[in-house]
Amino acid sequence: MSDGQLKPAVNERDHVEGPEDAPVTLVEYGDYECPHCARAYPIVKEIRERMGDRLRFVYRNFPLREAHPHAEHAAEAAEWAGESGKFWEMHGALFEHRSDGPDWLDDDRLLQYASDLGLDPNDLERALMEERYRSRVRTDFMSGVRSGVNGTPTFFINGQRYDGNWDLPELLDALEGAGAAR
Amino acid sequence: MSAKAEAGSTQQSRKNGGGKKAGGHTEKLLQPGTEAPDFTLNSTPDQTVSLSEFRGQPVILAFYPADWSPVCGDQMSLYNEILPEFHKLGAELLGISVDGSWCHAAFKDARNLQFPLLADFEPKGEVCRMYGAYRDEEGVAERALFVIDKDGKITWCYCSPVGVNPGADGILSALEDLHEPAGKESA
Repeated sequence: MSDGQLKPAVNERDHVEGPEDAPVTLVEYGDYECPHCARAYPIVKEIRERMGDRLRFVYRNFPLREAHPHAEHAAEAAEWAGESGKFWEMHGALFEHRSDGPDWLDDDRLLQYASDLGLDPNDLERALMEERYRSRVRTDFMSGVRSGVNGTPTFFINGQRYDGNWDLPELLDALEGAGAAR
Repeated sequence: MSAKAEAGSTQQSRKNGGGKKAGGHTEKLLQPGTEAPDFTLNSTPDQTVSLSEFRGQPVILAFYPADWSPVCGDQMSLYNEILPEFHKLGAELLGISVDGSWCHAAFKDARNLQFPLLADFEPKGEVCRMYGAYRDEEGVAERALFVIDKDGKITWCYCSPVGVNPGADGILSALEDLHEPAGKESA
């Protein structure tokens, strides 16, 4: 039963940015089609820049497929790019291209982002068709459910669910506080 | 700000069948060990569903205040997503609110929900009241969850603060307990 603890803890399957021994680890469960996650993206980016090596950031997928029909393929595309060491580049593209218009997560746009990153769009197309990364995304999703994630974005700070406001000053305060407590 | 849980909202212990956290009113619900009262409600304008139809398999009852309100939407969308896991555990999910069946139909369609929404519409809130899950002040259902075993007995319940999406972890744990009375975690 969840007590607001991240399950499983950050491990080698995760997409991690920042040093392993950073005093603070921020985990986000997100959905690339979710407007709240899109709003959180620049906030987290700013925090990553400000905190530098004092922060380790981890992103896990929590696509609400029925509500967000493009979220699953977007998550699978990020996982696919991750195989080539470009998870974070694709992660950024998926959020940043939202301003292009309502079709920013259509499959052909995902293939375009792959090309932009110097990756093979044909392989991404096959990966999506074969659902190559589907179980990986689902594993993330169910880990979120068992950790008490009830919507996106949900953040965990040093393994404990953070239920406070995640506007920049509040989230930064919470993270700095968690770092100071170490 | 997205609709988010407040601290500890989903951390109810199974040991006492729910718990009495601030904000929710789990203690006023029908409690574990109680026979789940049967009911028949409209699932569409011309079809009804009775709880007794599901005898022989576990049932999840998810009472919620209203179609269309943002938190409910998130909660039902989440359950929609986890439906395959509920089914793997042999359970059926029924959503219940006091909205009418035409309203439910539009809501279901808009959210692409794959499970029945039952209309506790006339007499209004009667089933909610039977389960101790009615909010007299507002005239809507509590955000209350029940797990009912294959013999029709309530084994777990939880009442969330009305503005808080309770998530699904408690339901999954309660369903797993039906299979493994020792309460082994498989997360």
